[in-house]
Amino acid sequence: MTSGATWHIATVATVRPLTPNASLITLGVPTWPGNDGGQHIDVRLTAEGGYQATRSYSLASVGNSTRLELAVDRVPDGEVSPYLVDDLRPDDQLEIQGPLGGWFVWKPSSDLRPVQLIAGGSGVVPCIGMLRAHSAAQSTTPMRLLYGLRTPEDLFFADELKTLGSANPAAISLVFSRLTPEHWPDPPGRLSRDSLAAHTIGPEQRPRLFVCGSTGFVETVLSWLTELGHGSTDIRAERFGGI
Amino acid sequence: MALITRGFRGRSSPADGRIPPGQTQVHDWPVLSAGATPRISTDEFRFTVRSDDDTEYSWDWDELHALGVEEFTIDIHCVTHWSKLGMRWSGVPLDAIFASVDTRQNFTMAQSYGGYTTNVALSDLLDGKGWIAFEADGIPLSPEHGGPARLLIPHLYFWKSAKWIRGLTMMPTDRPGFWEERGYHLHGDPWSEERYS
Repeated sequence: MTSGATWHIATVATVRPLTPNASLITLGVPTWPGNDGGQHIDVRLTAEGGYQATRSYSLASVGNSTRLELAVDRVPDGEVSPYLVDDLRPDDQLEIQGPLGGWFVWKPSSDLRPVQLIAGGSGVVPCIGMLRAHSAAQSTTPMRLLYGLRTPEDLFFADELKTLGSANPAAISLVFSRLTPEHWPDPPGRLSRDSLAAHTIGPEQRPRLFVCGSTGFVETVLSWLTELGHGSTDIRAERFGGI
Repeated sequence: MALITRGFRGRSSPADGRIPPGQTQVHDWPVLSAGATPRISTDEFRFTVRSDDDTEYSWDWDELHALGVEEFTIDIHCVTHWSKLGMRWSGVPLDAIFASVDTRQNFTMAQSYGGYTTNVALSDLLDGKGWIAFEADGIPLSPEHGGPARLLIPHLYFWKSAKWIRGLTMMPTDRPGFWEERGYHLHGDPWSEERYS
């Protein structure tokens, strides 16, 4: 499963709200060759008259399934995401290209170095793909997720993360910046270097780190990780662009 | 034959004609890179061309500027589907650098502080097509945007414009760099959508 430039026709199976600002979209793609955790696709929309717009979206789905899952956040004033979140319906067809990306990717292997995923907001989507790949392979490589978000209502894949967290409480850490669930042990607050250190695998265990989110989130986390003593070659980052 | 997407209207841009296929105009300047951001001072900066038989040609910050800094206005196109039009840049043209380099080889591997690499044919760097750039829109390049100096090859997708540039190694044949080994196109012309291999 490597990067491929192949175009596929995808048929929308379901669109359901994931949060007030995001939808989970499932696509049926009979020609899909499968993909690794962390990979993405390009989605191309064409208007009557031929105008086209293309955007990249990470996949939450992994493996050989021909049913793909994307979680799309509505970007205010966006050109494509409001259409996908609000207007897309089952049986609509889209052109997609992929699977894409050979860097921000985790594959099961015999490598025993632990893996730390760090996500801000909708940056959690490729991390969900990696967690699913990890579960599907019954991998013994330790893998943890730190997920920073504003409020409980912004949580993507809440049930799935809850299941993973109850099987292994250390595996999933949530940090809420504006509002926490009731009876949450910590008050709301922006992620800091100290809370990052408290919720992630320490540099002495030499984890591989994957960081995904907005540019501001990723830049800040990368500088803290470097200050905490993680090696820059152990860190892989994916930043959301500005469109 | 493109598939019409039911109900999608999109926004056509008044800049159509300067926007390659699959691109959307942005007005901010998104940051994309694969890992941590190296912080290189202009005191420690050197730019080195390693030519045939490992002959090295090297310039420090002041020597590179002394080759002659140009100001110019260009459009940039990122493979992640954004284009930014009409940016004013300053930098030294690769023509000025290669005026003193003796080579018989036609390909280069651009090398960055932090380990990033990307392959570029010499013909895509010369004849006014490539620069070592120091400023964009009147501001010295920040580390996030590749400062203190980045390669700038505006006619190719922007991953070819290597941030934190430290040198070019001449090669007899084309070989893939960092992203090119990971599925991206060897050349990267935005007008023919050379995105993926």
